[in-house]
Amino acid sequence: MKLIKAIIRPEKLSDVLKALYQADVEGVTVNRVQGHGGETEGVETYRGTTVKMGLTDKIMLDIGVSDSFVEVTVNAILNSARTGGVGDGKVFVFPIESVYRIRTGEKDERAVTPITEETNQTAI
Amino acid sequence: MINTGKLAGWAARLVLPGLVLLLAPELVEAQDAIDSGDTAWMLTSTALVLLMTAGLAFFYGGLVPSKNVLNTMMMSFVAFGVAGVLWAVAGYSIAFGGDGQYFGDLSMALLNGVGTEASGTIPHILFMGFQGTFAIITAALISGAVVGRMKFGGYIAFIAIWGLVVYAPVVHWVWSGGWLAGMGALDFAGGTVVHVNAGAAALAAAIVLKPRQDYGVRAMLPHNVPFVLLGAGLLWFGWFGFNGGSALAADGLGATGAVTTMFAPGATVVVWALLDHFTTGKTTAVGLATAIVVGLVAITPASGFVTPIFAIAIGAIAAFPSYYFIKWRTSSSLDDSLDVFGAHGIGGAVGAILTGVFAVEAIGGTAGLIEGNPGQVLTQVIAILGVLAYSFIATVVILKVIGAVSGGLRPAADLELRGMDGIAHGEEGYATGDGAVLILEDE
Repeated sequence: MKLIKAIIRPEKLSDVLKALYQADVEGVTVNRVQGHGGETEGVETYRGTTVKMGLTDKIMLDIGVSDSFVEVTVNAILNSARTGGVGDGKVFVFPIESVYRIRTGEKDERAVTPITEETNQTAI
Repeated sequence: MINTGKLAGWAARLVLPGLVLLLAPELVEAQDAIDSGDTAWMLTSTALVLLMTAGLAFFYGGLVPSKNVLNTMMMSFVAFGVAGVLWAVAGYSIAFGGDGQYFGDLSMALLNGVGTEASGTIPHILFMGFQGTFAIITAALISGAVVGRMKFGGYIAFIAIWGLVVYAPVVHWVWSGGWLAGMGALDFAGGTVVHVNAGAAALAAAIVLKPRQDYGVRAMLPHNVPFVLLGAGLLWFGWFGFNGGSALAADGLGATGAVTTMFAPGATVVVWALLDHFTTGKTTAVGLATAIVVGLVAITPASGFVTPIFAIAIGAIAAFPSYYFIKWRTSSSLDDSLDVFGAHGIGGAVGAILTGVFAVEAIGGTAGLIEGNPGQVLTQVIAILGVLAYSFIATVVILKVIGAVSGGLRPAADLELRGMDGIAHGEEGYATGDGAVLILEDE
């Protein structure tokens, strides 16, 4: 199991979510964050006060996947989030010690395996 | 029973002018003198209509994603400057100077000869200012069709030229003895002049600019629905000056204009809410705000020609075509982003036609279809089509020319996706200031 943490441009979020969905990656957590990744800093002026915006709005995704899904997920993000400009973001892959699904108590691989239609029906 | 008060009134009207004529010829001028009540109401109306453009900025600003909120609101606010100044420089004269069929003249350019003398019963300068507030909001209305994707400089050039080449002449056609006035077209406060005109320009602009990069790819939801409702409320408040003030007097006609403005949008809200309910199962806030605008637009041409009950009928009927057009538009490839054509073009046309249907001779001096004058409906249709065609074609030409000389109407695709606020204005609508470093000028 791995935890994939991706930092992307806000305007690419819809594209990335679509690519993940098409790759059958259905569990994702989205955070709105600010950061700096070497991109040119925008200059803004508010009634005479000129500032250099050191931080840029970004989106951070956290995705827990089983080992067989790591490459699929990373490629989906790389291909959908890329614009070619500085500031497209990063993808980090971390090892995970253990994962639990709260609803069922399932552990590790089973906990990051998407629920099937059948189990989904019974859950409802 | 003899009503002595009425008799005395008649005596005064018949006898006194004759006496005045005999005794003091220079006092005859006083017949055309400034009335303080009328002037007070028109000063108020001018401020009310000016507030509408700020209301429109909130209405439009709330409807767009937050990355474009400033650009969208600035498109309305900059009209205060550009359209307002050009109205004084030449627009007013092109609209109200001379007696040509299609254009005024430049006899009153730079407000030459426009002073505090009486124009009707109010100072000429006030009439000019009141009309200027209409020029401002008409230009700003168009911006809803092109939000989120037009270079700001190109937009300013567009509303500057459009105000002089399209808006001012159309005012002349309808309100200053032009060809549509000659035909007897009815437009009390601007259903055709303002709303069909701006709606046609918006349709043309949306087609020329092409859809936003995001359009049809991802949902672009309103970022602040309370802003949308605030804007609709301010528009309704200001519209009392728009329609009530178009009587140019604090009299029964002004009261009719104001009261029809109060009731017609109410009927639109009721019908729209029902359509919403039967279509989606819920009554939406954005839908209700849109209904207010559609109702206000529809009653505008009729506001000084119909009774409040007919106003309710007009508001109710007007909900249907706009509702279904907007529903169709959102699923089409036409990115008239904030539905300027659906609300103003169609709402204005429906209102103008219904003016020809419901006009009451005792109120505005002209009878409509229901009082046995079916020809008025045809006249209304000709006026709508004439303004629609001229505004649409002229807008396409103006935008194509601006695009050709300024290196394109739109910014680079990747910049547009990041949002217009940063690239056009160097500001953010909701900056936190986190991580911002002060740049101090070197001594």
